[in-house]
Amino acid sequence: MNTLILRTVAPPITALMLVFSVFVLLRGHNEPGGGFIGGLIAASALAIYGIAYGVSAVRRAIRFHPMAIAGFGLLVATLSGFVSVFVGVPFMTGLWIYPRIFGVELPLATVISFDIGVYFVVLGSIASIALALEEREFD
Amino acid sequence: MADQAAVTLLCLFLPFLAAVLAPAVIRAFGHAGSWLLALAPLLSFLHFLTFLPEVADGGVVTGGFAWVPSLNLSFSWFLDGLSLTFALLITGIGTLIVLYSGGYMKGHPQLGRFLCFILLFMGAMLGLVVSDSFLMLFVYWELTSITSFLLIGFDHEREAARRSALQALVVTGLGGLSLLAGLIFLWNMTGVTQLSLLVHVGDGLRESPFYLAALILLLGGAFTKSAQFPFHFWLPNAMEAPTPVSAYLHSATMVKAGVYLLMRLNPVMGATPAWEILLPLFGGVTLIAGAFLAIRQTDLKLMLAYTTMASLGLLVMLTGFGTPHAIEAAVLYLVAHSLFKGALFMVAGLVDHEAGTREVTKLGGLRSVMPITFVAALLAALSMGGLPLFLGFLAKEEIYYALAHGDLRAMLFTLVAIVGNGLMLVVGFTVALKPFLGPHVETPKHAHEGPLLMWLGPAVLAGLGLLGGIFSGIAHRFVSTPMASAVAGELRPVDITTIPHLGMPLLLSVVTVAFGVAVYLQIDRARAMMVRLLAAIGNGPDRGFDHVISGLVRLSVAVTRMVQPGRLEIYVTATFIFLALTLLVPPFVYGELPELPAWPTDVLFHEWAIILLAVIGLFAVLRASDRLTAIVSLGIQGFAVAVIFLLFGAADLSFTQFMVETLSVVILALVMTRLRLSPRDHRPLGQMLFDATIAISCGLGFTLMLMKSTQGPFNAHLTEFFNAYSKVIAHGANVVNVIIVDFRGTDTLGEIGVVMITGLAVLALIRVRPRNPLPQTRVEAPADGDRP
Repeated sequence: MNTLILRTVAPPITALMLVFSVFVLLRGHNEPGGGFIGGLIAASALAIYGIAYGVSAVRRAIRFHPMAIAGFGLLVATLSGFVSVFVGVPFMTGLWIYPRIFGVELPLATVISFDIGVYFVVLGSIASIALALEEREFD
Repeated sequence: MADQAAVTLLCLFLPFLAAVLAPAVIRAFGHAGSWLLALAPLLSFLHFLTFLPEVADGGVVTGGFAWVPSLNLSFSWFLDGLSLTFALLITGIGTLIVLYSGGYMKGHPQLGRFLCFILLFMGAMLGLVVSDSFLMLFVYWELTSITSFLLIGFDHEREAARRSALQALVVTGLGGLSLLAGLIFLWNMTGVTQLSLLVHVGDGLRESPFYLAALILLLGGAFTKSAQFPFHFWLPNAMEAPTPVSAYLHSATMVKAGVYLLMRLNPVMGATPAWEILLPLFGGVTLIAGAFLAIRQTDLKLMLAYTTMASLGLLVMLTGFGTPHAIEAAVLYLVAHSLFKGALFMVAGLVDHEAGTREVTKLGGLRSVMPITFVAALLAALSMGGLPLFLGFLAKEEIYYALAHGDLRAMLFTLVAIVGNGLMLVVGFTVALKPFLGPHVETPKHAHEGPLLMWLGPAVLAGLGLLGGIFSGIAHRFVSTPMASAVAGELRPVDITTIPHLGMPLLLSVVTVAFGVAVYLQIDRARAMMVRLLAAIGNGPDRGFDHVISGLVRLSVAVTRMVQPGRLEIYVTATFIFLALTLLVPPFVYGELPELPAWPTDVLFHEWAIILLAVIGLFAVLRASDRLTAIVSLGIQGFAVAVIFLLFGAADLSFTQFMVETLSVVILALVMTRLRLSPRDHRPLGQMLFDATIAISCGLGFTLMLMKSTQGPFNAHLTEFFNAYSKVIAHGANVVNVIIVDFRGTDTLGEIGVVMITGLAVLALIRVRPRNPLPQTRVEAPADGDRP
């Protein structure tokens, strides 16, 4: 499937999709989107890149094993849940802070880091399945 | 009191703590590290010793901490005369065993692991006897089974050790399940979950119609643990374990857990006809069988193992006999037995260690080279034989005092006791005298006295057996009386002394000793007789166990072959048939079919177009000439559905549907390229019709279910809640996302865990190289990454 057309458009499409996946992830709290869908988009981006340039190119590009990314995500999500325990409220209670950065109030919360964790788990798991399937030889 | 409770809790967990540290301590200090590790049980022992005065005055020490308050579960203990005596035996003998193990296994590369298991067992056993709540009792009960399994199989490179370990685990594990069922019965019958409260409901329990069922289940637990006939066979096999284990678990403590349970239940469930028939019957048979089987052995440990079985039978028999003195006899015998049998096992290990053999026929004349061991062995054997001055004598006097009544039943059991005791005396003397007396026999190793670590244990235990007999007043005040009172459920002062007084019991004692000495002098002939007798009887339950296990394996192989034939199309077909049945049967059976909806009139043109697109996608799947086209066509239908979601305002759902659909097509296509499939579908027509019927039934079922659920009144309670609070509480305008990451965040955490595990599993499956690739095996795609 590594036609010239695909090889030409794959890098910009992948880049766009990755940026878009982060955008979808971050806006999820107020608009349609979120970590789950963001992760799916990012995984598709990697799958497309893999179809065009081969799996080893993707593996080089993402540096970490996709399962390690998923594991990192699960860790982040779990830790986000535990933050609330240390301030004496039940596990998984959302905590919010409102720091002012360059004069703009930025709402940050443990639910956001939780959603980021979801993003990485979905990205890592799906990407590792897709990449393993694309691989013709076993590594 | 709170401080005392904390210290007691610490003492209950000290063995576990020491178990964790054991490997490191042994690595640092070698076998001398056992001195350090023995501190843990010693400290526990000393702590429990401080309770003696209070318990001797009839007090009960209780304490505990809330465990799961919402379920009314607590980690609570309850120390009366019975559990305190057990706790002292466990920690006291445990201290000596830890030291003994250090000497016995000196230089063994796995000594740390061994001591770790021993200490784990100690913690479990200690927990078992002090437990107040049923659940705690059960958990500790199972822990003792598991640690016993680990210790019997310690030498796991030998097949015999593995088999014995597994056998012990299966038998005692089954008994554990029986115990659990029995405890649940007790709980259901009385509403009580604590042993200490059970005493108050005894009468109601005995009159309950479920009494017999509960009793049989509880006996199932007690009899397997305490190796009663016909579950006795695991105990001799457990002698595969290193000798310290045999001395500790399989004579002094763990096997008495069943007896402990019976004694604990005696005030509540005792004094019924069933109790007074079942216990003496099984106990008596076990006593006789064990005593006879012991005679035929020539291995020191096996001889002792069978007498342990016989002693346990005697204890069960006495516990269930029903006369007041029988309880006192059981209590005295239990304590005496723990002391002398523990000592004798350690002596057997010591002889084995120094002389290099345990075969009694190859041993002799060791008294001059191992004098301390000889004295310890002699003292223990005299106690076991029930000769005056020793604790064993008190026990035997009390046994005959309890049994000798004159009616037929009492006479029968008196006879059983005489034969059993006499034969045990024979075995005791064989173990303790034969290796030491007579002319010196050349042994595989040049024997000399063992190290302090090893003779300390037997010397202390054997010495205690003598001291307990001489100072019987102190022993009765602090141990026998409180324990007998706890078992009887009422004050039961024990006052027997070691001064022989003329009477029936003494006469029976003399008869027993005479019988024993007579058999001892003819031991070789008696052994030959037993060998012939057993050969005539044939296979015992030990072989039966093997047959049962291999039958079980064959059965499970057959069942697995049947339900898991290894062909994916069968799995998929079965799954979808059951899905269709689940969806279709209930609406027809219960008449819950949805009403036929009216033909919609307000569908807009572009909506019709989308629906048409979905239908075209479906037809494309059916008409596809090869598999890849079918997969891509399935995507058309999926995208159409996503557009429908979008049109009706479910943006998040639609978004996800788009992505899932895309990835499904990609992954399905990738899977297809990896499988060696013919590009086309070659199913015969009949198969196609069958598959189509299943598919249409599933589709129809889902349609009916969706129609029915939309026709019912819509409960807007949750919608209102989320709409009202999403912004206010969770600061998010997208209700769907807020539900996922905040309101039901824990759910999501579980789900992403599942996603990750699925990913790992799929990865593992992809990497499996088929050893014999089967051509033409159809394999469906793995999970398509959809939300679980």
